[in-house]
Amino acid sequence: MDLRRVKEYFSWLYYQYQIISCCAVLEPWEQSMFNTILLTIIAMVVYTAYVFIPIHIRLAWEFFSKICGYHSTIAN
Amino acid sequence: MANPGGGTVCNGKLHNHKKQSNGSQRRNCTKNGIVKEAQQNGKPHFYDKLIVESFEEAPLHVVVFTYMAYGIGTLFGYLRDFLRNWGIEKCNAAVERKEQKDFVPLYQDFENFYTRNLYMRIRDNWNRPICSAPGPLFDVMERVSDDYNWTFRFTGRIIKDVINMGSYNFLGLADKYDESMKTIKDVLEVYGTGVASTRHEMGTLDKHKELEDLVAKFLNVEAAMVFGMGFATNSMNIPALVGKGCLILSDELNHTSLVLGARLSGATIRVFKHNNTQSLEKLLRDAVIYGQPRTRRAWKKILILVEGTYSMEGSIVHLPQILALKKKYKAYLYIDEAHSIGAVGPTGRGVTEFFGLDPHEVDVLMGTFTKSFGASGGYIAGRKDLVDYLRVHSHSAVYATSMSPPIAEQIIRSLKFIMGLDGTTQGLQRVQQLAKNTRYFRQRLQEMGFIIYGNENASVVPLLLYMPGKVAAFARHMLQEKKIGVVVVGFPATPLAEARARFCVSASHTREMLDTVLEALDETGDLLRLKYSRHKKSARPELYDETSFELED
Repeated sequence: MDLRRVKEYFSWLYYQYQIISCCAVLEPWEQSMFNTILLTIIAMVVYTAYVFIPIHIRLAWEFFSKICGYHSTIAN
Repeated sequence: MANPGGGTVCNGKLHNHKKQSNGSQRRNCTKNGIVKEAQQNGKPHFYDKLIVESFEEAPLHVVVFTYMAYGIGTLFGYLRDFLRNWGIEKCNAAVERKEQKDFVPLYQDFENFYTRNLYMRIRDNWNRPICSAPGPLFDVMERVSDDYNWTFRFTGRIIKDVINMGSYNFLGLADKYDESMKTIKDVLEVYGTGVASTRHEMGTLDKHKELEDLVAKFLNVEAAMVFGMGFATNSMNIPALVGKGCLILSDELNHTSLVLGARLSGATIRVFKHNNTQSLEKLLRDAVIYGQPRTRRAWKKILILVEGTYSMEGSIVHLPQILALKKKYKAYLYIDEAHSIGAVGPTGRGVTEFFGLDPHEVDVLMGTFTKSFGASGGYIAGRKDLVDYLRVHSHSAVYATSMSPPIAEQIIRSLKFIMGLDGTTQGLQRVQQLAKNTRYFRQRLQEMGFIIYGNENASVVPLLLYMPGKVAAFARHMLQEKKIGVVVVGFPATPLAEARARFCVSASHTREMLDTVLEALDETGDLLRLKYSRHKKSARPELYDETSFELED
């Protein structure tokens, strides 16, 4: 029962996405093309975030801690 | 921002100096898009009328999504055009023959970009053929398309008893034959259907004279003249009234017939912001001070073109302020009451009666018989010398066939019905029923949380939809699932981001029909998430506004 409600909710959400992004008026092959491109872009964004954000945070942390550490050694 | 003539705008008299001090109080409060103006007049028989209009702005995410949707539609349009151009896909629009490919192009390819790529996809929501009288319920012919709306075919089935929210049938007079239409049958027997001549030659019948006298009596003016077609009344008579060396000040959102008439006349046209008296006053001042563009001579005539009710916005013209301005700057006023005659005002006499003003103060009163009277044609009314001049000089009188006799009799019958000359009070009851229906419908829609434009007394109700996908989904859903026929409008009739559905409330809609429609709108609004308004009113607003329930001392 709950699974059916969840599926209905997701199909309503998909319908909202379709009418907001003008997919409802496109022909089926155009819809598939648009969905594929959009999913590809989202997949690339997620992959880039997964690979690069930890490294960037670590480098930024080292950079700022070096600045603060330098500052504190000068103050001494 | 200085408001030089602020005082005169609100008061019919020329007492600027007194009003300068409290000019700031009269500023329209436009916070969040709701305009409330208290408008007072010096004459004793005017009553203080609060003009309540609202033009709420959409939330930001809605506008962003709308433009994004149009962007995606444009990208796909370019893609399809590319495929059609390179022959990968068949082109269904008009193309020249291959022998003419080197000639100057006959079909402008890019100008029809929007029509070809976006309008075609949702074209099944417009031009729907109907097969009954456009009363409160009507029958729609079912049609399907096999190739994505390039061609249609009728399945042969008819969708019966669809509630009609799209026809301009304000007083319910456009309906099937009933016994009160017997006089039309008699006229048809005596006069036939065609007139076969123009007004100047042999096309003036005694029916036309009777009709013109009746129209003049209805509007409380000296004389009137009727024409066979409403659009042609505007476009053929404005050139007869103004010419080169005259100035036309026309509202931003005027109907195409007014714009066409203004352009055909050869006069200089300047546009003022919609229903905005400050903008109009600035243009009038510049016109009077600076005169014609190069020679600095005075303008021969200044004509202000406005409409009584604007059907795309649902707004009613701010007539008292415009009359005050016209008297101050000595301009002429032309009101097109196509949507407001018969529908606005306590007895249906139009915007002049709505504001309690004297119709003799407006120079040219124009209207059509298509909307409230269930016929076709238009009229121009005013002083007798104006109408006599038009009888001689109007292009429509010289070249266009005059009104057909059964139609004239239908208008005579409707006018007598509304004025009560047929002995019953049904006409007045219908006008009052229309006002009640309008206010009920608008109030309920606003309570539900939709964004509605316009004055609370205008019987044309635009409901904003914004996104093109929702426009198509709304129209299809309402017809196929709920059996309600609505008219949706998008670009180019409205601004690009403001697509809307336009409901025309009629006096022949019963309370049950309106409740059915409102319930259907509620459900559709929830399904498509159309309730954008941020001013959701509760059912009893007065209780929450009170801070204390004690009696004031």
